[in-house]
Order: sequence, then structure tokens, then C-alpha cells
Amino acid sequence: MEEPGTIDLAFTGRFGGFALNAAFCVPARGVIGIFGPSGCGKTSVLRCAAGLQRLEGYLSLAGEVWQDAATFRPAHRRPIGYVFQEASLFPHLSVRRNILYGAPRRRPPRPGEGTGLEEVVELLGIGHLLDRSPARLSGGERQRVAIGRALLSQPRLLLMDEPLSALDRQTKDGILPFLERLHERLAIPVLYVSHDIGELERLADHLVLMEEGRVIASGKLSELQSDPALPLATSREAAVSLDAIVTGYDPAYGIATLAVDGGEIVIPSPAGRPGTPRRLRVGAGDVSLARKPPESTTIINILPARILAHRPVGPHERLIVLGLGEDGSGARLLSRVTLRSFDHLALAEGMLVYAQVKGVALAPSAATPERTTPA
Amino acid sequence: MPVPVLSSETVSAIRLTVELAAITTAILLFIGTPIAWWLARSRAWWKEAVATVVALPLVLPPTVLGFYLLVALGPSGPGGALAGLWGGRTLAFTFEGLVIGSVIYSMPFVVQPIRNAFEAMGERPMEVAATLRASPARAFWSVALPLARPGFLTGAVLGFAHTVGEFGVVLMIGGNIPGETKVLSVAIYDYVETLRWGEANLLAAGMAAFAFIVILTMTIVEKRVARSGD
Repeated sequence: MEEPGTIDLAFTGRFGGFALNAAFCVPARGVIGIFGPSGCGKTSVLRCAAGLQRLEGYLSLAGEVWQDAATFRPAHRRPIGYVFQEASLFPHLSVRRNILYGAPRRRPPRPGEGTGLEEVVELLGIGHLLDRSPARLSGGERQRVAIGRALLSQPRLLLMDEPLSALDRQTKDGILPFLERLHERLAIPVLYVSHDIGELERLADHLVLMEEGRVIASGKLSELQSDPALPLATSREAAVSLDAIVTGYDPAYGIATLAVDGGEIVIPSPAGRPGTPRRLRVGAGDVSLARKPPESTTIINILPARILAHRPVGPHERLIVLGLGEDGSGARLLSRVTLRSFDHLALAEGMLVYAQVKGVALAPSAATPERTTPA
Repeated sequence: MPVPVLSSETVSAIRLTVELAAITTAILLFIGTPIAWWLARSRAWWKEAVATVVALPLVLPPTVLGFYLLVALGPSGPGGALAGLWGGRTLAFTFEGLVIGSVIYSMPFVVQPIRNAFEAMGERPMEVAATLRASPARAFWSVALPLARPGFLTGAVLGFAHTVGEFGVVLMIGGNIPGETKVLSVAIYDYVETLRWGEANLLAAGMAAFAFIVILTMTIVEKRVARSGD
């Protein structure tokens, strides 16, 4: 496989009483989520990366320098695609002319190279909209067209600034699967800004955490999710995303088996053909612990794991970071238990426990998350 | 009152007026667009001073403007020097002088609506175009101009109509030379002075009708544009 290189980025500057001092270096592959509260400077980082805003700094993609002390490539010379929070379609052009606006005009991409109109139209399901005016599209349709328009400009880096935040819950759930397909099918790295961790749990491979204009952490999504020193793991909605591969399906019980690093997880719904990659979400509140392998229980997922770390959350609870497998070297899992249970079971670092997973959410290809209930 | 027939003098005044307004409007669209763009986009602190200069003809008495134009266009002003290039002595009391005066006099009516349209558009469309690899020039032609079209329409109509109706400046710098500087508004004045009320009435009524149609059409067009906007 060709080495994708890195996205190397550093911007410092001050504008309107706000100081930005953000730097990170991430692999130029997959979806890189930039997460943080509103006003933490995520959008500014993205605008700087696009060349729409000029601050002092450095930016290179796979070794190609777009900005340094001596260089500043203006936005129209950067091979980027930018999806704004509002679709921002050109109101005077039809949908077709909108999505073709940035497409190279001389030479349409040859098969197997770049992204063609048919592919984008099919991927985003916008074929029936092509001859309409943007004014006659729904919010979700507009945003899909905007994504298609960005893709057809044959970008080497896709920048998405909260592309779903202006949409209502239902429309959002309708678009997420398109983004997931995009993620599976396209080789372009994506910087994806969001303040909704739920979106990033489903889409991101890598995560950059920002706070007050600074990057506080950057790393693989699952590593940051399970780092007890970071606010993600101790939040009420703490969860880990697990990348799984479908290994089998038992039609008699309607149970699919998926392999994750260091264990196996079953879910009571079809998950696709064997070999299909799926992403699972396991909330910290859905994992309880036992010191011995429980017998006679209705919980279908019981995974041996080792306690890697723990820390208090609030006065009466503890967050426990687990490594799947007898040796604890597998994927991380989070468990939030009461202080009483923690003391009662005398849990400690390095201990082998059995994680009972009460609920696993399968990031769906359908509209709403399917959730397994205690079987 | 006898039914007046358009005299050749009147026909010539109408032709001259239309010509003057058309040329003035064309020039104003050409030079007003970059000015409006700059006023809409620039962050220079002194841009509102420039905007004020452009807007001055709105409040200056036409005679004041006309007086300074007369000095500037006359033999000892820059206009005289310019006229010298083709062997003339002065631009005052010439059609070219009238065009220059009208351009200055009608400028705010063209620049203001275009500037407003550019400002209403916001930065976003140009940013989107840039992220789609459009050069600033292409973005301007393919995005900014079409989006500002209602502003151009309003500016052109107002510029044309206002030039047709100008009087004080024309009187100051144009004189009253038939076929050269005698435009409609001056012709009406002339007819009244010489007690040719019938002809004055015909022209005045015609211009009132013209003004009515212009404003009505513009209102309707603007409404339609606003409705199809989003």
C-alpha cells in the first residue's frame, strides 16, 4: 500500500480577542475528527487549512507545503474540497451546474482515477435532483449536493465544517450513512469538524481534541476515547468505537458474530456478509464487570478483559479502562461502575475481569441506530 | 390648445437625451462596478470617505456641482487640456462635457445599488468558488456578477432615468445648443420661457409617464427577483 503521508498543521494568531495556537500532525488517511466545544477554534483551523483565512503557520499535505513562512497558496490553488455548515449552493445555478462548478473542465477523470459524476451522484443519491434549482431542495438534499460538489472538484483533502449541524435530527440520521459510505469508498483524507461526539464516534478514525484555541490531544479515536485523563472518557456519554469484522450469522437465532481486537461480540441483528467491516459503539454505562465468568445470565456478550486504569468520576462512581483479552492487549473498553461495586469487588489495576456488555450499537446503514437489548 | 406636433427641435432633443443617458449609463456600469466592488469588499478605513465623495451629488445643489464642473471642463481646467488633444479649446458646452458631468452626477445612483447587492451577497459565495478552484476573476464573473444582477438592473435604470432628468448641471455646463447639448429638460424650460406651452406640456407629460413606467417596472422586477431569490 502506498504510504499516505501526514497532514502537518500549525497555526497561531489572534483575531477579535481570540487566540488560536493549534498544531497537530495526523496521518493523511481516513476521517480526522476535530472535536471541541463551540468557540474553541475548530472552524478557524479548518478555514486556515483551506486558505480562506490567513494566520501565521505551517501546513503540508503528504510533504507538499501549502503554507510556511515564505509560502501561502491561496484557496483556489489548494486541491481541497470544503463543505460549509450551510450548504451554500449557488442559487443562480441548477444542481447539475452547481456540482460541476469545480469539476476540471478540460479532462474528465478517467475510470479508476478521481471521482466521476456518476459515482458521486450514486454515492449521494442525488440523481433525481440534478435539474432542479437549489431553492427547491430540502436541507438534507442541499447538503448532499454540497458534498457532491466538493468531491467533484477532485480534492486531495476534504474539509468539512459541521456539515450536519444545521440539520434536524432526522435529516442528520439520513445523511450519516452517506458519509459512512464516503468514508469506505473514497481514499481522500477528511478533516471533519464537529461538536457532536456522536457523529465522530461513527465516522472518525483519528481525533483531534481542541479547547480554547489549543489542541489538547490528538490520536486514534479509540485511544482518545479511552484515555482517562481526557474529558471524553469521563463525560456522561463516554463510549468507545470498535472496528469490527463480521464473521458469521446464525439465522436460527438471528445473531451475528463480529470479531474485534481481542474478543468477539455478537449482536441480535444481521450485520452483513462475513468480512464486512462494521463499527460498533459501546457506552461506558452499558458495561458491567464480574470477577468470575458469570453463569446463567441473559447477557450474551461476556468478554474477558484486564483493568488497565481507573479513576473517579464524580463522588460515587469510577471509570474503568479495560483492555480486551486475557492479557489486556486488545481493543479498549470503558466501564462506569458505582464506587460501592468497585470497593465491593476490590477491583484494581491489572486484574482480570469479565466485561458484561449490555448494549452494543451498530453504526447502521439504515436510518436509525439499531440497538441490541438484553437478550 | 392645439394638438402639438413634435417639431424637429423636439425630436433632436429626445434623441440627444436618450443618447446621453445611454452613454452615461454604459460608462457608469463600466467604472461603477469596480468602485462598488471595492466599497463592498475593502477593509480600508478611508473607504467611507470615498463612498461619501461618490454620494456627494445626492445632496449638492446641481448648480454647485455644475459650477465646479464648468471650471474643470473649461479652457483653464483639465477638461480644456483634454480637449486640446484633439484641437479643441474647452469641454464646456459640448456633448462630451455633458457626458462627463452626467457620469459624476448620476454616479451614486448606479454605484449604491450595485454596492448593496455585492454586500448582500456576503463573503460566502466567493469563498465557495475559491474552494472549488475558481480564480478570483472567474469567481467574479460566474458568481458575483450573476448574484448581484438585481443591483445592476436597479443601478442601470436609476442611472439612465436620473440622467434623463438632470437639469441644473446641464444648464451650467451644457449651455443650450440644439443638437449638441439641448436635452429634454432644458428644452422644456426653453419652451416655457418662450411661451410654447403646448410643446412644454407634451414633453413634460411624456417625461412624467416615463418616470412612472420606470419606477413601476423596477418595483415589479424587484419583487419578482426577491420572490425567486430563495
